[in-house]
Amino acid sequence: MRLEGKSALITGASQGLGRALALGLAEAGVKIALVARQHGPLEETVHEIRHRGGTAYGISADIGDKRAIYPVAGQAAALIGPISLLINNASTLGPTPLPLLLDTDCEDLESTLATNTVGPFRLIKAVLGSMMLRGEGVIVNISSDAAVVPYPRWGPYSASKAALDHLTRIWAEELSHDQDSPVRLFSVDPGEMNTKMHADAMPDADPATLAAPAVIAGKIMSMIRQSDEIENGARLVATEWEEACDEAS
Amino acid sequence: MKPADQPPADRMAQKLLLVDVSSKELTHGRIRDLPRFLRSNDVLVVNDAATLPGSLRAASDTDRRYEIRLLSHRRGTEWDAVLFGEGDWRSPTECRPAVEGVCVGTRLSCAEDLSADVIRVSDVSSRLVTIRFRQDGPAMWSAIYRLGSPIQYSYLSHALDLWSVQTAYGSRPWAAEMPSAGRPLSWELLRSLMRQGIGVSWVTHETGLSSTGDQVLDGLLPLPERFEIPDVTVHAIHVAKSRGGRIIAVGTSVVRALEGSMTLHDGRLVSGSGETDLKIRKGYTRQVVDGLLTGMHDPSESHFRLLEAFAEPELLCQAHSAAEDAGYRSHEFGDSCLVLSETGLGIPLAKVA
Repeated sequence: MRLEGKSALITGASQGLGRALALGLAEAGVKIALVARQHGPLEETVHEIRHRGGTAYGISADIGDKRAIYPVAGQAAALIGPISLLINNASTLGPTPLPLLLDTDCEDLESTLATNTVGPFRLIKAVLGSMMLRGEGVIVNISSDAAVVPYPRWGPYSASKAALDHLTRIWAEELSHDQDSPVRLFSVDPGEMNTKMHADAMPDADPATLAAPAVIAGKIMSMIRQSDEIENGARLVATEWEEACDEAS
Repeated sequence: MKPADQPPADRMAQKLLLVDVSSKELTHGRIRDLPRFLRSNDVLVVNDAATLPGSLRAASDTDRRYEIRLLSHRRGTEWDAVLFGEGDWRSPTECRPAVEGVCVGTRLSCAEDLSADVIRVSDVSSRLVTIRFRQDGPAMWSAIYRLGSPIQYSYLSHALDLWSVQTAYGSRPWAAEMPSAGRPLSWELLRSLMRQGIGVSWVTHETGLSSTGDQVLDGLLPLPERFEIPDVTVHAIHVAKSRGGRIIAVGTSVVRALEGSMTLHDGRLVSGSGETDLKIRKGYTRQVVDGLLTGMHDPSESHFRLLEAFAEPELLCQAHSAAEDAGYRSHEFGDSCLVLSETGLGIPLAKVA
């Protein structure tokens, strides 16, 4: 998908990977609606984008709350026009330090699924129909290697991301099975990044060994640009992306 | 006809009455039969306006209570709106008290972070006003979405949530009330139409209010409305017409956008945005739309007048009685009616821009 002039909705956009994606996409000429729970950090990112000459609006909302979904989709479309790029990046780890599953409250599993799986599902439902009608769209669901590897203590988060990956595949399968789909969906494992979420989960990790969010955002932008050539519903690993491109060239 | 008093559990099972204008035949079916009633090269045109949470509660500085119903986003912070006096949606609009104490300069406060000044009061009705919010951009939208609810209907069993009044493809929030003709269209159905070679295109049209509670104002409905027609839709209509396909509008708002554009541009269909005050009724010569998928309308409604531009009143009344006998439901969540003229009412190719 050509990026310039498009309208993107990014959740969890006030920090970490979401913020880096918002800055990078705005730089590429994309109008951005940024969603995050905290108004303050959200507005800081919005101001930074505008300061650099980009177009951005902040929408304070909790994606885990079902009443927030249509308001987010409606405000975004009112402010930047029909959405052609949705990045479901917001997620929660659940309580930290991460407990064993046996010690995890059922309610914490439910609320993790609400934010990481059901929230993206609802938001996709709210914008995918318009993308299908208009014949263009890319949806990126931010996943994790925890969706594949059963790391102890990562139970709710892992299960929520595994479910999101599988929903992505099924969505793509349904859209592509008997007609060419104008909308591409894929999930991306961004790898370990130097973010607040990583520090919350693994406080002892050495930041020097972790990727900068801006670097991973650049790879995801390259995936979006090449989305026509990516198998619909694919699960992509950001750290392998460059190698894949090198092989192709 | 009895109104449907709640959104249906299975929209594909909703009833659909085919009114064939040339044969004068009526055929009963379900909305899932739509692909059977259309043919390849036909184009279905939907209105992709999302529905606003456009009902806001407000108080004036003298503590009078009002309901503001947002009608049309003029520009920036300016909106046309219809005001209702105290009371709620459980009273039919015609039973709501008249609006008193509103003049240019009246301040209407919804909450600490949303208030508006009345900047114009219509000569026709004191209910019809133009307001200017004191908040703009994201602050205005965020407060409207937090404080507003969709316009409610007194015949419903319970209040509607914002998600209950959206179509499966809505995008920008331009509709004061749901473009309800498109509500039964699921993606299962739209994709089966596409598989059959039937096009699905769109316009965005600002659908206004169905009722204002003021007889004089109701008599003027629909008021001028904004629309936008994309290049791809003009192209799809052009191609369909050249292949003998029919243009089927989903909802009266789509008829108004397409015919309105033709009227504004001397009989040419032109992409881009505009505003139309076109009233379509018996005797209006359609220039582009060949058929209409719509809800069930009583002969007393203004929508019924528009249907008379597609079929003789006798046939429409006969269809209405047949539907009533067969247990069809009316209003926003009710059953559907497809009025189809054979072909040939289309525009000559050269006139499509």
